[in-house]
Amino acid sequence: MKTIREFEERVHVEFAKGGIPGFVHLYAGEEASATGVCMNLEEDDYIASNHRGHGHCIAKGVEVTGMMSEIYGKGSGTCHGKGGSMHIADLDVGMMGANGIVGGGPPLVCGAGLTAKLRGKGNIALAFFGDGASNQGTTLESMNLASVWKLPVVFVAENNGYAEATASSWSVSCKDISTRAAGFGMPGTTIDGHDFFAVHEATRAAVERARSGGGPSLIECKLDRFFGHFEGDNQKYREPNEVKTIREESDCIKRFSNTITNDTEITVSDLATIDGEVQILIDDAVDKAIAGADPEPEKLLTDVYIRY
Amino acid sequence: MSNTAITAITMPKWGLSMVEGKVIEWLVEENTTIAVGDEIMDIETEKIANTFEALDSGVLKRKVAEPDQSLPIGALLGVLAESNISDEDIDTFIEDFQANYSPPEILEGEESETSYEWVEIDDYRIRYLRMGEGRRNIILIHGFGGDLDRWLFTQGPLSANASVYSLDLPGHGQSTKAIRDGSIAAMANIVTKFIDHIGVDHAHLVGHSLGGAIALQTTISDPDKVDALSLIATAGIGVEINGSYISGFVQAESRREIKPLLQQLVGDPSLINRNLIDDILKYKRLDGVTEALETIATKFMDRDQQTIDLRNHLASLSIPVHVIWGSADQIIPASHAKNLPGNVNVDVLEGFGHLVQVEAAGEVNKLLQS
Amino acid sequence: MARKILYQDAINEALDQEMARDDSVIVMGEDVVGGTGAGGEMDAWGGVLGVTKGLYGKYGDRIMDSPISESALVGAAVGAAATGMRPVCELMFIDFMGVCFDQIYNQAAKFRYMFGGKATTPVVIRTMYGAGFRAAAQHSQCLYNIFTHVPGLKVVMPSSPYDAKGLLIQAIRDDDPVIFCEHKALYATEGDVPEESYAIPFGEANIVREGDDVTIVALGRMVRFATKAAEALAADGINCEIVDPRTSSPFDEDTVLESVETTGRLVVVDESNPRCSMATDISSLVSQKGFGFLQAPIEMVTAPHTPVPFSGALEDLYIPSPDKIEAAVRKTVAYGN
Repeated sequence: MKTIREFEERVHVEFAKGGIPGFVHLYAGEEASATGVCMNLEEDDYIASNHRGHGHCIAKGVEVTGMMSEIYGKGSGTCHGKGGSMHIADLDVGMMGANGIVGGGPPLVCGAGLTAKLRGKGNIALAFFGDGASNQGTTLESMNLASVWKLPVVFVAENNGYAEATASSWSVSCKDISTRAAGFGMPGTTIDGHDFFAVHEATRAAVERARSGGGPSLIECKLDRFFGHFEGDNQKYREPNEVKTIREESDCIKRFSNTITNDTEITVSDLATIDGEVQILIDDAVDKAIAGADPEPEKLLTDVYIRY
Repeated sequence: MSNTAITAITMPKWGLSMVEGKVIEWLVEENTTIAVGDEIMDIETEKIANTFEALDSGVLKRKVAEPDQSLPIGALLGVLAESNISDEDIDTFIEDFQANYSPPEILEGEESETSYEWVEIDDYRIRYLRMGEGRRNIILIHGFGGDLDRWLFTQGPLSANASVYSLDLPGHGQSTKAIRDGSIAAMANIVTKFIDHIGVDHAHLVGHSLGGAIALQTTISDPDKVDALSLIATAGIGVEINGSYISGFVQAESRREIKPLLQQLVGDPSLINRNLIDDILKYKRLDGVTEALETIATKFMDRDQQTIDLRNHLASLSIPVHVIWGSADQIIPASHAKNLPGNVNVDVLEGFGHLVQVEAAGEVNKLLQS
Repeated sequence: MARKILYQDAINEALDQEMARDDSVIVMGEDVVGGTGAGGEMDAWGGVLGVTKGLYGKYGDRIMDSPISESALVGAAVGAAATGMRPVCELMFIDFMGVCFDQIYNQAAKFRYMFGGKATTPVVIRTMYGAGFRAAAQHSQCLYNIFTHVPGLKVVMPSSPYDAKGLLIQAIRDDDPVIFCEHKALYATEGDVPEESYAIPFGEANIVREGDDVTIVALGRMVRFATKAAEALAADGINCEIVDPRTSSPFDEDTVLESVETTGRLVVVDESNPRCSMATDISSLVSQKGFGFLQAPIEMVTAPHTPVPFSGALEDLYIPSPDKIEAAVRKTVAYGN
């Protein structure tokens, strides 16, 4: 969680300096979801993500230095600079990609789930999507298809209250996205997405159900994003002080730290050590990203096809 | 009433599937004296283009068919007669012929496919074709990358007075494509078993190119089974071979790649028409063909050299041995026909390429029958 | 052994032989089996025109029906391809591409490039196209040009049973996403097809007919119409060379240019609407790279810039015909005389 937080906070700073090209959509504030979910997954499980994908990438095990370089568009990036923030992927660790198309991920996850079911190795596939995508036809079709084909998949709706600049309380026609699950013949549950342990527990059950052949389920994590839809978003659709209040009262990392230090033998200073290591990792990643070379010109034409 | 001094030149039937041919051009003028074997016309068919050699002699009194005209087999192309026959008699002859001629009926599915036969030898399904009935038994063995259609202009003529068989070697034509042992010895063994299959004690083997090496090896391994040996542009009796043709042929995937290679097989490149190229591409695309060709190639050659040498065995053969070559062979040089032992009959035909039995069919057939 | 079979059976045979050879090949689509969940028979349809019939009996759950949800269906095929399967997904009518296009052109086509060369998406999308069945505007279009435009996709349109089997086998074995376009009016046509498996390479045009006077480049069903026109023209001593590209992406430029170099005259026949089509693409290519060969302006024979009409009388006017092709050829021959 800390890695994700520091990564995103740093990208926010560097973006403001003008060092990062294109669009970035930051995950800061939502870490408990990505982390709580992905800690239930193995490397050979697949996830697909959305435009706000850095958190999912890191939680699934995509290498941080490569990610930072990719966001900077350098040749040493995870995708050799060809994809950028919205298209970071690493199929070796089961990350089928962040996605620039809202609702682009769920159908792909049905596909990965189909592969898993046919190959019978016991792995599963999981889709991360937002409240915006929960209204997209592709997402609804995917839930139906996953149910009808009884696929080993889990749908995770991260409801951060806004789809771009529009409140989900208006755009989603039901109070809880999870109630849509019943319409597709699968269990659905809404949980507090700021609570790492609640996320972890709910996901464990859904993942077990999928793995054991019980079919798909839907988990809705209600949470908050600290930043705008994209970097550069004036966020005028939010109430004044909304973000300040969220950071003070609903920070999932603060909550986690409190619980951990109160209920276990882990100390504040242990956490501070981790913080320090994360800082070094991120600083190093940024240094490497800035110093890294652009992709060579000939790379413009490569990897369109495997063989044409 | 037909006048025996007048002979019709008619569209020949080359191979089982030919139903019509297109006249490309006449090669002789009216009022020329034609001898048997003279080249009189170029004809293109679905399978190949070739030069039509005269089957009769006489003066070419009238050309009936015109260039670019497509005619069914048996149709009148021209009229040969003794020089003193009048034009009116020729006209009458033509009228009579045309009135009585009808193209052969083509029944659905009648053609080729039902006439081919199949046999299982060593777990290979081998396709073969039998034509003719006669005391003698002749087996025609094609070369690398070919099939029994290499004998399109040979099998018919020879079958006039012999039982003539042509077969597809494993990996070729319509026989099984997956090859286990691509060696000459293994192929020769299959030929021996084929001789048994057709129920004869021995046969005259005619082999072209690699098929020649296979025929020779069969003779060496099973001498009792072979009563005569004809080796046409054969592998196995010399060192040199056009390695880039072989490897190019194996690797080629497109028309563009294969056309210049196929043109190396003949003296006259126009023989390599679209249909021939298409047929070869269709063969090469079949699953397993490239692997089969590679397997076989590694067993008889390495780069530009043949790795099999059966030349020394020729001298000790007691059966008639005939070596035939085209002097312009670009695949295996005609020089391999030089300095052969005295018991070997040698004929090198001037100006013809590797597919000499196609390009100079009339002459080669005469030599094979002698 | 080659024997005469129907175009649709050639497609069925390709699927059957590849499914037998490689267990990662799976087939999915709406009613590709037919009968799922119903009280009657399974394999009730085997595809709306019966093209996939019989596969269910042999391969069971490797061929699956889907609800009518093209986005999820095609997306699932793409996701399965990216994770190790070789799916052949049926998009019943090419006209339906609108409801699933994102998964094709934004996802499948771009994974390899966006992910820096680290994705392999060997998906085949088989789809029916073309007019002539009075199926009207939303079931009769010819939209291969739109897929051709997208880098990362390969696009195939076989014109004969032999080509259909060999190109579909190639498509299934190809590791890139392939859109395999089947003209519905060709399903019932017959041709010689070997029993054995074989693969025809992409990007290699077929010269269907040789000729020195005019080059006709024709796609899909138009190859047969061009052949009819060429036979009529041959009687008048005009010999046409017919080039069938077989694949619009990759496209065999060399064969087309070589042919025009010999003939100096080009007629392009394409059933699509004319704007931004394969016809304009090919014409532009030859204008640029073969300008010096041309002895007459290039003629295009295409549908008009209209949707496909329902009425048979109108639909027959919509589709390019042998007569129209003949007229275009004569026009190029007459030019300058």
